[in-house]
Amino acid sequence: MVMAAMATDRPTYDVAVVGAGPAGLAAAVGAAEAGLDVVLIDAGRLPGGQYWRHDEHSAPPRHHHGRLFARLRARLRHQRHLGRLHYLPGHQVWLIDRPRPDSGPFTLRLNGPYDTAPVERDRVRAGALVLCCGAYDRQLPLPGWELPGVMAAGGVQALLKGHRAVAGRRAVVAGTGPFLLPVATGLARAGVRVLAVCEANPAHGWLRHLDGAVRAPAKSAEAVRYAALMARHRIPYRTRATVTEILGEDRVRGVRLDGGEVLEADLVALGWGFTPALELPLMVGAATRRDLDGSLVAVVDARQRTTVPDVLAAGETTGVGGAAPAVAEGRLAALSLAAAHGLPVDPRAVRRLRAAIRHGRAFAAALHRTYPVPDGWTDRLTERTVVCRCEEVTYGELCRARTDLGAQDPRTMKLLARPGMGWCQGRICGFAVAAITASLTGRPATAEDLRPLSARPFAAPVTLGELAEPADDLDDPDDLDDPDGSDGEL
Amino acid sequence: MHQASLRNDSMHQDLPKTADLVVIGAGVVGAAAAWFATLAGLRVVVVDRGAIAGGTSGAGEGNVLVSDKEPGPELELARYSRQVWGEDLGPYGEWWEFERKGGLVVASTPAALGALRTLAERQRARGVVVREVSGAELHDLEPRLTREAAGGALYPQDAQVQPMLAAAHLLRLARRRGAVVRTGTEVVGFLRRRGGCAGAPAMSGGCVGAPATSAGGSPATPRGGAGAPVTGVRTPHGTVSAPAVLNAAGTWAGAVAGLAGVELPVLPRRGFVLVTEPLPPATVRHKVYAADYVDAVASSDAELQASPVVEGTGGGTVLIGSTRERVGFDRWPSPAAVRALARGAIGLFPMLASVRAMRVYAGFRPYCPDHLPVIGPDPRAPGLWHACGHEGAGIGLAAGTGKLIAQALTGEATDLDLTPFAPERFEKGGADEPRGE
Repeated sequence: MVMAAMATDRPTYDVAVVGAGPAGLAAAVGAAEAGLDVVLIDAGRLPGGQYWRHDEHSAPPRHHHGRLFARLRARLRHQRHLGRLHYLPGHQVWLIDRPRPDSGPFTLRLNGPYDTAPVERDRVRAGALVLCCGAYDRQLPLPGWELPGVMAAGGVQALLKGHRAVAGRRAVVAGTGPFLLPVATGLARAGVRVLAVCEANPAHGWLRHLDGAVRAPAKSAEAVRYAALMARHRIPYRTRATVTEILGEDRVRGVRLDGGEVLEADLVALGWGFTPALELPLMVGAATRRDLDGSLVAVVDARQRTTVPDVLAAGETTGVGGAAPAVAEGRLAALSLAAAHGLPVDPRAVRRLRAAIRHGRAFAAALHRTYPVPDGWTDRLTERTVVCRCEEVTYGELCRARTDLGAQDPRTMKLLARPGMGWCQGRICGFAVAAITASLTGRPATAEDLRPLSARPFAAPVTLGELAEPADDLDDPDDLDDPDGSDGEL
Repeated sequence: MHQASLRNDSMHQDLPKTADLVVIGAGVVGAAAAWFATLAGLRVVVVDRGAIAGGTSGAGEGNVLVSDKEPGPELELARYSRQVWGEDLGPYGEWWEFERKGGLVVASTPAALGALRTLAERQRARGVVVREVSGAELHDLEPRLTREAAGGALYPQDAQVQPMLAAAHLLRLARRRGAVVRTGTEVVGFLRRRGGCAGAPAMSGGCVGAPATSAGGSPATPRGGAGAPVTGVRTPHGTVSAPAVLNAAGTWAGAVAGLAGVELPVLPRRGFVLVTEPLPPATVRHKVYAADYVDAVASSDAELQASPVVEGTGGGTVLIGSTRERVGFDRWPSPAAVRALARGAIGLFPMLASVRAMRVYAGFRPYCPDHLPVIGPDPRAPGLWHACGHEGAGIGLAAGTGKLIAQALTGEATDLDLTPFAPERFEKGGADEPRGE
């Protein structure tokens, strides 16, 4: 039977790596080099993830560990050439299924991006997973943030890296954390006049506040470079400067700072750090916790293993920390899988990676402590401030759902007031809704508050036509009911 | 800025020591019962171990249907409840997005049309408004519908509500009239006049009907409690003494009944709902379902059954049901069920094939072996009342159920005979009326 033959031809990979950013590239290349059959699935059309984002015409990024990226990319090419690594760019995983709980292969359902024809619209089977799903901008609502011309800092950076263009002449970059600096200097290089970087925390130059025990030469060099760039572009760096309101009618016209001062701008980039994309870890049932920066992250052990057998995680998925620890975690995950397959692993390499991860994580922790999301940001919200932009749910509506309708947790808030029900499924407003609900109930947000708005039964939108496709080539497409009850392989 | 209002919020008040009625369950059935009981002058306390509408009420489509019921006690209750939604609760309908959208049942083959015609005839004899629709007219009513359909039937009485808002606003209305609602408050035992702990005086709060169990397991072993009057509930936050306790715990009602030492065979029957991306208004205008839906509703098979139900919402998303499986409380999306939903929906509306699904959610219909709800006092444990086991029709049947319970509690004659819904009907030798005529 042709269908059956096709099915048996379909390989079950030793490992599927999801995400081709720093962690995913390192994990995929490392696992392939160790001798495992690897499939690397990535939503982007080019490897590198958000961190090493570039367009087809540009050279690999020179900063941000650019040489490391170039090496990983060359090794990716080599492993593909050897046929040990199957690379699927432009694909999103929308469902992971494991027919037998805690054992046996996973089935990943994929779809192609909607703006291009899919390279391969298919399902992939793998015995193990390494989830390196990255992070997206953490966004906090404030009055006027829904106006055109207001963007997430990461979104601005993606435009600059991917298209080298951004719409605006006078910009304010506001929020917290060192990431505001490359956004500001990137805008300046693109010809935008940056009126100020408004850092909400008291940090004066971000090195001064780092834990003295942490040495991060690469990061220091980067900091010096940005400081020089800020000076060259004459960008004022203002600390304890919080944007309290974004002004404008049809589009942004300026920002008001907490002292009352108004800066006139037609582009506002807001950055409050990043929050990991946890759809897939939650989908497979991995345990999560609230990290130092308030984000929900996947729990991993010293071998990058999540609490679910055969599921590993690396990079921002385990805590926002940047490229260096992400690469080390990706490599360690690869070695961990190799060891699990009985392949030889150099213990010195493992020790080195663990040291690098400890170091990188300590550095990230220092950053998280220096640049927290400021307490009391919800105080600036007004009755009419939009919190969920997709469903246009205001802060006032959330307050009423709390006081009149009794919503005391984010899930009930979502059911009664609809935040997070729209197109983004809470990716933009989830963190804020959890924090607002907790604050309205008079308690700090917990991991339990974050989970309901981070879990998404489909990790990406999928057409009904794709959903309706037969479960597997072996299945009789018309047989909905599996007589022995073992149906569930998709 | 909201601290003052929070302090006055009844959810933060202490649990009252006494009440006329304790309602277990802040879903739509418990909320409707609380509202009508409060309206009748009773002092009501509602407790729920979870959140408002956190169980099956928060996982459905908001069906208020008469079309999918075969003639029999459930159809009578559905017609009555539809009337209560439209009349008693009509003035508040906007709060829970009550919409008289009408149901359109589509038969794909002449044979299915014949069966639909027969059912419609029998329903009409029981007062249901139904009009046969030709294949050509189907497309005037639903322009995007498949051209393959043989014909259909239009049920103008079918309506829709947003069930979470219905539960929350009914509780808000009840609170305005003095009811107290306490979420995050699990009933861990019943107060009994005598029984397990001999000598404890009534309403002392010192006597516990059964050990604490987490709801969801099998009914607790009767422990000297059955037969002794229920005089209140025990929770980790204190006890409430009340001459009447209403079990409106939905799918978990069997476990609550077990705490009182009585058996109630309420079991979970899982269903999934797919939600699409927002579509232009009026893409799908009615509640549209395939004629075989009625059979699927009435079946008792444990295995996956799928029958398409498609409808639009105010927000533009299209909701797609329905699947039925008896698989316990596993919430994880079953690929087979999701596939069946997608196929069924595309069968009715081919244009949906290129529409994206944004999410899928699971719910657990609380079902009884004879597919009828349990409504009324439990003679095996006087003082304990039930309003549960409404299976997939709980939203639609909630309004009527709540009003009937309030009538019975206050000694009024009930608008409908509650005998077919009697809690003790599952006992050996008890009434075991099959569904339908």
